[in-house]
Amino acid sequence: MVTVFADPFDALFNLQRALEARIESDWLQDQTGGQGPFPPINVFQQGDDIVAVIELPGVDRKDLQIEAKENMIRIAGKKAVDLPAGISVHRRERTFGEFDRTLSLPIQFDPDGIKAEYQDGILALFLPRSERDKPRTIKIG
Amino acid sequence: MAAAQDLQVQKKREVEKKEETTIPARVFLPNADIYETPNELKVVLEMPGIEKNNVEINVEDDILSIQGRLDLSKYAGLQPLYTEYNVGYYARSFQLSSKIDQNKIGAEMKDGVLSLTLPKAEEAKPRTIQVK
Repeated sequence: MVTVFADPFDALFNLQRALEARIESDWLQDQTGGQGPFPPINVFQQGDDIVAVIELPGVDRKDLQIEAKENMIRIAGKKAVDLPAGISVHRRERTFGEFDRTLSLPIQFDPDGIKAEYQDGILALFLPRSERDKPRTIKIG
Repeated sequence: MAAAQDLQVQKKREVEKKEETTIPARVFLPNADIYETPNELKVVLEMPGIEKNNVEINVEDDILSIQGRLDLSKYAGLQPLYTEYNVGYYARSFQLSSKIDQNKIGAEMKDGVLSLTLPKAEEAKPRTIQVK
């Protein structure tokens, strides 16, 4: 049997990436992890509502798909790095590929009130807490 | 051309400088792609969250330096619940070869990605030599 490699460098690059990912692991370091599923998400609270801020540099907004249901939000799409043909590459650090991530939050949100903004490579999702999920003040009668 | 990878978060590398900075933020190295076409050198840097107006590009003594300042006021009033990445300034510098026409450097910012076009000086462009 003959094994044919489409591009022998692919196998090498993949191995190198896997090794580098090991070495660069944030295990036992006191900083925000640089590992995990793409894209990285920061979740903030603003009053009763939740704001999710996601770093997606260089993603075309047409390639972004956002779905919401009860307390789950799904962000899927693809990050493309298009290099023109006939060039010589000196340095290649930007990653590309497809992503699909679902985030579940501890609150129920109002799916109709969700706002998404994409600006300067940052996706911000404004997730308003649904009225029926909000705590109620109970007066003692 | 490498095949599409399973997208993983790239760890943000922090700038290690001899001098300390006086800004109230961390400084990260933006991920860069550098490639060359027959007429120009392209430098593409990922700086998510940096506005076009807050990018500073300088060329001095053949050093191209790029700084992106983050507007931290956007995070005012937000209480972090769960975080996976740090935010801060971005800074990186490159040593230019003298082959670059330093007066014609162009810059474009789109979706947090800064693309710099560095045209080669006339004498550095490839030319075909005819055998007589």
